[in-house]
Amino acid sequence: MADVTENVMEMEEDTQKGRFLTFSLGKENYGIEIKYVTEIIGIQAITEIPELPEYVKGIINLRGKIIPVMDVRLRFKKEPRAYNDRTCVIVIDIQDVSIGLIVDSVAEVLTIPDEGIVEPPKINRGFNNRYIKNIGKVGNDVMLLLDCEKLLTEDELEVISESV
Amino acid sequence: MQHKMILFYRKKSGVNKLSKLSHDPMMEMFIFETAQLLEQLEEIIINSEKSNSYSAHNINEIFRIMHTIKGSSAMMLYNNISTLAHSMEDLFFFLRETKPSSVNFSELTDLILKGADFIKTELVKIEEGMEANTDSGFLIDEISKFLADLKKANSSIQNCEKEEKSDSKEKQKYYIRSDKFADMSTTKAFKAVIHFEEDCKMENVRAFNVIHNIKDLVSHICYFPSNIIDDDETDEIIRKEGFKILFRADCDIDAIRETLMQTVFLKNLELAEIDNDEERIQLEKQQETANVYPTVHKAAENELEVEAQSQLRGQSMISVSVSKLDELMDLVGEMVIAEAMVVQNPDLKGLELNNFQKAARQLNKITSEMQHIVMSIRMVPLTATFHKMNRIVRDMCKKLGKDVQLKIIGAETEVDKNVIEHISDPLMHLVRNALDHGIEPPEDRQSKGKPQTGTITLEAKSAGSDVLVIVNDDGKGLCKEKLLDRARANGLLHKAEVDMSDREIYNLIFLPGFSTKDSISEFSGRGVGMDVVTKNIESVGGTVSVDSIPDKGTTITLKFPLTLAIIDGMNIKVGNSRYTIPTVSIIESFRPQKEAIITDPDGNEMIMVRGQCHPILRLHERYKVKTNITSLFDGIIIMVEQDSKTLCIFADELLGQQQVVVKALPEYVQRFKRIRGLAGCTLLGDGSISLILDIAGLIRV
Repeated sequence: MADVTENVMEMEEDTQKGRFLTFSLGKENYGIEIKYVTEIIGIQAITEIPELPEYVKGIINLRGKIIPVMDVRLRFKKEPRAYNDRTCVIVIDIQDVSIGLIVDSVAEVLTIPDEGIVEPPKINRGFNNRYIKNIGKVGNDVMLLLDCEKLLTEDELEVISESV
Repeated sequence: MQHKMILFYRKKSGVNKLSKLSHDPMMEMFIFETAQLLEQLEEIIINSEKSNSYSAHNINEIFRIMHTIKGSSAMMLYNNISTLAHSMEDLFFFLRETKPSSVNFSELTDLILKGADFIKTELVKIEEGMEANTDSGFLIDEISKFLADLKKANSSIQNCEKEEKSDSKEKQKYYIRSDKFADMSTTKAFKAVIHFEEDCKMENVRAFNVIHNIKDLVSHICYFPSNIIDDDETDEIIRKEGFKILFRADCDIDAIRETLMQTVFLKNLELAEIDNDEERIQLEKQQETANVYPTVHKAAENELEVEAQSQLRGQSMISVSVSKLDELMDLVGEMVIAEAMVVQNPDLKGLELNNFQKAARQLNKITSEMQHIVMSIRMVPLTATFHKMNRIVRDMCKKLGKDVQLKIIGAETEVDKNVIEHISDPLMHLVRNALDHGIEPPEDRQSKGKPQTGTITLEAKSAGSDVLVIVNDDGKGLCKEKLLDRARANGLLHKAEVDMSDREIYNLIFLPGFSTKDSISEFSGRGVGMDVVTKNIESVGGTVSVDSIPDKGTTITLKFPLTLAIIDGMNIKVGNSRYTIPTVSIIESFRPQKEAIITDPDGNEMIMVRGQCHPILRLHERYKVKTNITSLFDGIIIMVEQDSKTLCIFADELLGQQQVVVKALPEYVQRFKRIRGLAGCTLLGDGSISLILDIAGLIRV
């Protein structure tokens, strides 16, 4: 029995491996590992919470579950943009923490083989670089593959010290 | 008993994440059962130590517990535990069978508690998936040495003084009084016959009163007719033959006569000293088989009762893991919201739907009942939490050489289990503090003319939707000068000293980094104590206050809500945001008059209401919400109160009152920092989110 479940688990892992949900912010395309993604919803009424960093827009009610939403544009210090009907919230689940990512639009789910993934260039010390785990190549396009865990955890120290 | 399980499971579920080991149901059962048995054991031992004697029932009980632990731990292959339990079992087997008369109870108690602690630490190790193989040999040696000494000491006595044995047996039965009337020979035997006035009615109740009145004066009471309490027929006998009482006392006959003469409707009293109390013994034997005067055997009876109750309860109880209860609670919360969504659906506006309204009312009834039941499932009495303190008091008394008794009142008060978890530690702290800082050493107490034994009172009671837990000691009280000195030295004073009320000075102890104890002891004095207490209590929405009278003692009152999950709230609107204010803290809401508004040079706004000046807090400014209503005269002011401090909150408008399910803010948001003034959030009927205001937090800033 245990073996069977293990096998199933492995298979699931396999089907998720190398698959990325891609979305766009302005001109760039980003990818996010599919295993983190729970669902994609349209933009919802957001309840603002005071005293939080600008990029945490507030909380939303997802079928009774209250989850915070983060504007990825603001997170990457890009120009804010008014939300429209293309705007999506990607709900991701990392280490039992759910969070919604507000993105301009969601594109598709892609399989990027290992050989299509390269490390980001080390020279570029741009601020948003640290959230980029890898760079994926799909045909002629380039995808910036996000490091979700860093997206959630990094910067916190900064924020806390600011608020103190 | 159930709450123990709940707490226990809770603890374990936390551990489960760390170790896969305790997933084994057998193991889980073993740990759970053993922990429970140990808790029982501790309670029995501490109660026995208090009365300075181990009743036969208790010895049996301890024997049984040890036997069970021995068996189950051997089955789980924990040999160190099982051998230890085995040696303790041997010890109690000896006690049970031979009933030795000279037992060093305090040593015995220490020994057993040590053993219990050993098993406890081993259990923790097992729970965390570590190897539990600490050698218990040293304890076993100690126990067998104790047992050998006991055997030696008692074998001689037993053989030559059989009489004493029977005497000690008797003493055991009357152990409530045994301390007062240690020796039968120093007391004198008396016989009294009481006749009541004719037609006074209810002779049996009056007779009972007589017994009640003298029971503190005398010992070994026997009376005839014996079953006065539950047999009304005895009226007749008393009327005819009088009420016969036989007893022993070491006081003067006149003192007893005086007490007896105070009896109402007394017609005739015969009181005489008698030489041999054979009659008494005979009567006593009779009574033993018949009904017994309740206070004499109170302890034994209570125990029986408790046991009977627990047996009865045991059959109809099941243990449920807390996570399931949490889930159920969440679901019911969802349902309450869903119900509001249906009933207050905007699509229904303006429609007249009689049948719908009827059905909706029915739904409302059912949901609120269900909510009530779920809440009550999660309510557990404070008994276990309170009784844990017995052990702490005992251990500390021994170490500090103080003599303190713990009085527990209202332990049956029920609170939500989440709340219990949060108050257990603070309570421990407070009791420790009271013992360490509050209660003076016996010599000091004597010179002050106080009873040598200090008293710490632990009291719980409910007051409306709040629970009060009061920790009181009759020690030296807080020293205002010392507090001020310390606060000054640590730079914690923010106010002119002359302006501070007694209460404010006392409350200094809750500030972080404050300790008046000059030296750090094992138990307290590190200055991390009281602010942790406050923090813990505040995290469940409670408050802490302190009051003290020099040389009379200190009282610390914890006040917290019965439950955290569902509150009555008033929804208000500011711009596009909604906020919920707990209804309990609202005093009134009103539109202000122009002349009532005062602005000080710093721009702080205040309002005069009925001669009182209250500060105004503009929510939209505080939380930087965009709104069109910025003039105080367009919106509404809600006056709230917490800890006798008031605040006027300015909002756009009131939306209405509603029961709301309190939800914590998402973890991610909380990680940034604790947002002052927000207690959580909730879902409103239309699915939108409202932020629950934490009034205490708003006022403090």
